[in-house]
Amino acid sequence: MAGFVLQRLFQSLLILLGVSIITFVLLYWLPADPVRQIAGRSATPQTVENIRQQLGLDQPLWAQYWRYLTGLVQGDLGRSYLQKTEVSTLIASRLPASLLLMAGAIFAELLIGLSMGIIAALRRGTTTDQSLMIISFIGVSAPQFVVGLLLLYVFAVQLGWFPIGGYGTFSHLVLPSMTLGILGSGWYSRMMRSSMIEVLRQDYVRTARAKGLTRVRVIFRHALPNAILPIVAMIGIDIGIFMGGIVVVESVFGWPGIGQLAWQAIQRVDIPIIMGVTLVSATAIVIGNLLADLISLLIDPRIRTR
Amino acid sequence: MNSENTTPFKVATSNCPSGTEPVLRVDQLAISVNTENGLKPLVHELSFDLHRGETLAIAGESGSGKSLTSLAIMGLLPPPAVRVTGGSIHFGDQELTTLGENAFRQIRGNRIAMIFQEPMTSLNPVMKIGTQLAEAICAHEAISLKEARLRALEALRSVRLSEPEKRLNQFPHELSGGMRQRVMIAMAIALKPDILIADEPTTALDVTVQREVLDLLRDLQLEMGTALILITHDMGVVAEMADRVLVMKGGHFVEENHVESLFAKPQKVYTRNLLEAVPKLGDGSGEARMGRPDEDTLVAELENVVVHFDVRSGILGRVTHRVHAVENVSLNIRKGEIFSLVGESGCGKSTIAKAMVGLVDHSGRIRINGHDISPTYGAMSNQTRRDIQMVFQDPMASLDPRMRVGELVREPLVIHGVGTRQEQDQHVEYLFERVGLARDQIQRYPHEFSGGQRQRICIARALALNPKLIIADESVSALDVTVQAKVLDLLKELVSELGVSFLFISHDMAVVENISDRVGVMYLGQIVETGSRRQIFGSPRHSYTKRLLSAVPTPDPSRERQSLARLVGDVPSPVKPIAERVSYVELVDMGDGHLIALEDTMK
Repeated sequence: MAGFVLQRLFQSLLILLGVSIITFVLLYWLPADPVRQIAGRSATPQTVENIRQQLGLDQPLWAQYWRYLTGLVQGDLGRSYLQKTEVSTLIASRLPASLLLMAGAIFAELLIGLSMGIIAALRRGTTTDQSLMIISFIGVSAPQFVVGLLLLYVFAVQLGWFPIGGYGTFSHLVLPSMTLGILGSGWYSRMMRSSMIEVLRQDYVRTARAKGLTRVRVIFRHALPNAILPIVAMIGIDIGIFMGGIVVVESVFGWPGIGQLAWQAIQRVDIPIIMGVTLVSATAIVIGNLLADLISLLIDPRIRTR
Repeated sequence: MNSENTTPFKVATSNCPSGTEPVLRVDQLAISVNTENGLKPLVHELSFDLHRGETLAIAGESGSGKSLTSLAIMGLLPPPAVRVTGGSIHFGDQELTTLGENAFRQIRGNRIAMIFQEPMTSLNPVMKIGTQLAEAICAHEAISLKEARLRALEALRSVRLSEPEKRLNQFPHELSGGMRQRVMIAMAIALKPDILIADEPTTALDVTVQREVLDLLRDLQLEMGTALILITHDMGVVAEMADRVLVMKGGHFVEENHVESLFAKPQKVYTRNLLEAVPKLGDGSGEARMGRPDEDTLVAELENVVVHFDVRSGILGRVTHRVHAVENVSLNIRKGEIFSLVGESGCGKSTIAKAMVGLVDHSGRIRINGHDISPTYGAMSNQTRRDIQMVFQDPMASLDPRMRVGELVREPLVIHGVGTRQEQDQHVEYLFERVGLARDQIQRYPHEFSGGQRQRICIARALALNPKLIIADESVSALDVTVQAKVLDLLKELVSELGVSFLFISHDMAVVENISDRVGVMYLGQIVETGSRRQIFGSPRHSYTKRLLSAVPTPDPSRERQSLARLVGDVPSPVKPIAERVSYVELVDMGDGHLIALEDTMK
């Protein structure tokens, strides 16, 4: 068990190293010049050159990367080119909002997705099943900015149940979480449905029924823990997909998270922030996957002994 | 119903009209499935009674409706497609076919309990044994979880499971098949039900384990006076266990009688055919084959073959344990000979087959038709591959469902570039006729065939390249006995007519006796006894061979059952720490090629 966790942590470090190299190289090759952005249109070539030297951007790629990496292992993510603050401070101030949004989204998608999947599986072949699957299909295929704007229009503008945007209270959280969660819930409901149908066919479910257990107990105590196993592994992967969605959703709802930070940084070619957000996202994905594996381990005794 | 030709016998049965009311009365039961073309009947007007303390066997081949009948009694028919469409099931004064789910739930597991065929999949893999047992008790009795666990422990003791306290906290995957089936039985008897339904309870188990489980069921039934419905395809099990037998075929009632009368004087043709098709130990049915093997030509020579699998663990993935699948096995197979390997699951018989077709690495020497096989996986020459072919156990899974059967049989020819398209067509047609299928079936898909026909297709495919040796790994185990008998006849014909040799791998002693020229008995990766069929079955010398033979249920109710020394625990594990050496058995020639392992060299 401890060995497994250590092994996975070691793998995670390698993954993060790989991510940092790839992102760094991609940004280095970017046709946009960050120095031009900093210096402004009217700057003289001399100023541009000075800034370039000052930031160390005149050095070869490997030297730049080495400098970044040595900073990184000491916990230094560098300074923003334009905002003149530490990247770590910027991210730290915005990370809680994003994590909150993510937690809300995971909760929303699991609640909606799993219950839709379970109901569809239990009512397999009926109109309930078919309607639920059509709804989940719409959820999977609708673009997030459309869903976000639609939810805003209906629930904030027309009905006025929730605020139009911003951050602070629980009601601020509902619409952005739903927007992020609807995509995932479409996925989860489909996976949960097929997984549940598969499990309900298993011999041990028949055994459970043959014992004279109630239907509720058969479904929730016997079928569900087995059906949820493949879903748990999905949650880890899902966090990666969230990172993409967060950029869009935070812009639509004016949510002050790292998605917005990344969006602004990309527009201004603020490389240290882009690097920082990418690494933090990668770390979140790695931790998410690790947690998913640990939860699987907790549910499934067969993996534990392996 | 057949009361006029019943003779009073065993005390446990109370079938005289003045006796007690039957505990279960099934009357004109009909079960149907909803299809697109309306209701399709699966079980037709079935009637029988069950009395306290008696064992009723429902026997029949696949599709006979015997399992559906038992599920109907349990109220577990797969809804909504399959349901009872007529007749009644009376349990005491309760009518089960119209009983509401809630009332039924209180009978299920409590008054009527069931044991299923597959112990490996019948227990919830993510729940502890103790919890699974305790919840069955708690579902029917208002007792605390702690008390339920005590009752569970008691139930595990009564099924003679070793270390019951430890088992409570284990998960199903930590237990062997036999142990899991004991847990299933414990679960079923924990509440002392009036009726116990056992659906093929020993079919998935090894023969020595089957023997123990059958003994256990019989003892428990005597102790508790439970009525037992035993559903099985195995007439040997029927003969040993049943008081009365009900034979079914294709959803229809065929006949019902006391076990002795049924075996002695079957009334219906189908019953007679069924009984005749059952391979029996020691009936000399293997003598009939024409043609003798060619003593001088060896198609396969194995010398000191060893196959190990490494088990890695820890952070660095170091090899800490080793599975000793095959240890130092030597054997020869002659041209035109059927050599059988028998043994229980995990004894290494299938691994030998895999090594011979180059699917696993081995050390030692394997020669096929005079050519050495490379000891590493995948490095086999195409010529050698043509010489050796395989037929697998499950004919459902070993044919690609999206290919026409003709293409499947042609495929080996295409892969090896043999002949033109026309020549291949002709050869495929010849093969189809040779294995007893019609030419016009060539364009069909696998799902249009029955299990037996599919196995014939697999045999045709194996024959396509005119191999010297065909490995048949449990190739008839999944087939019904009447079908099995025909496929075995086909294999014998192929040997006599084409001179092909077979390595026949099976756990079924009676089948092996029926088909083999020579036999090797395997135990824990090693051959402990080998010789001609007559030597092994006529005068077995090794204690393991004797135990295997005596464990086989005899399809003859009049024969007194030999009592078998009870095994203590399971067969030892072939997985050993890397440092531990394995002691090889020493084979001694008893004359005429009859080799046996010295018992004290066996650990």
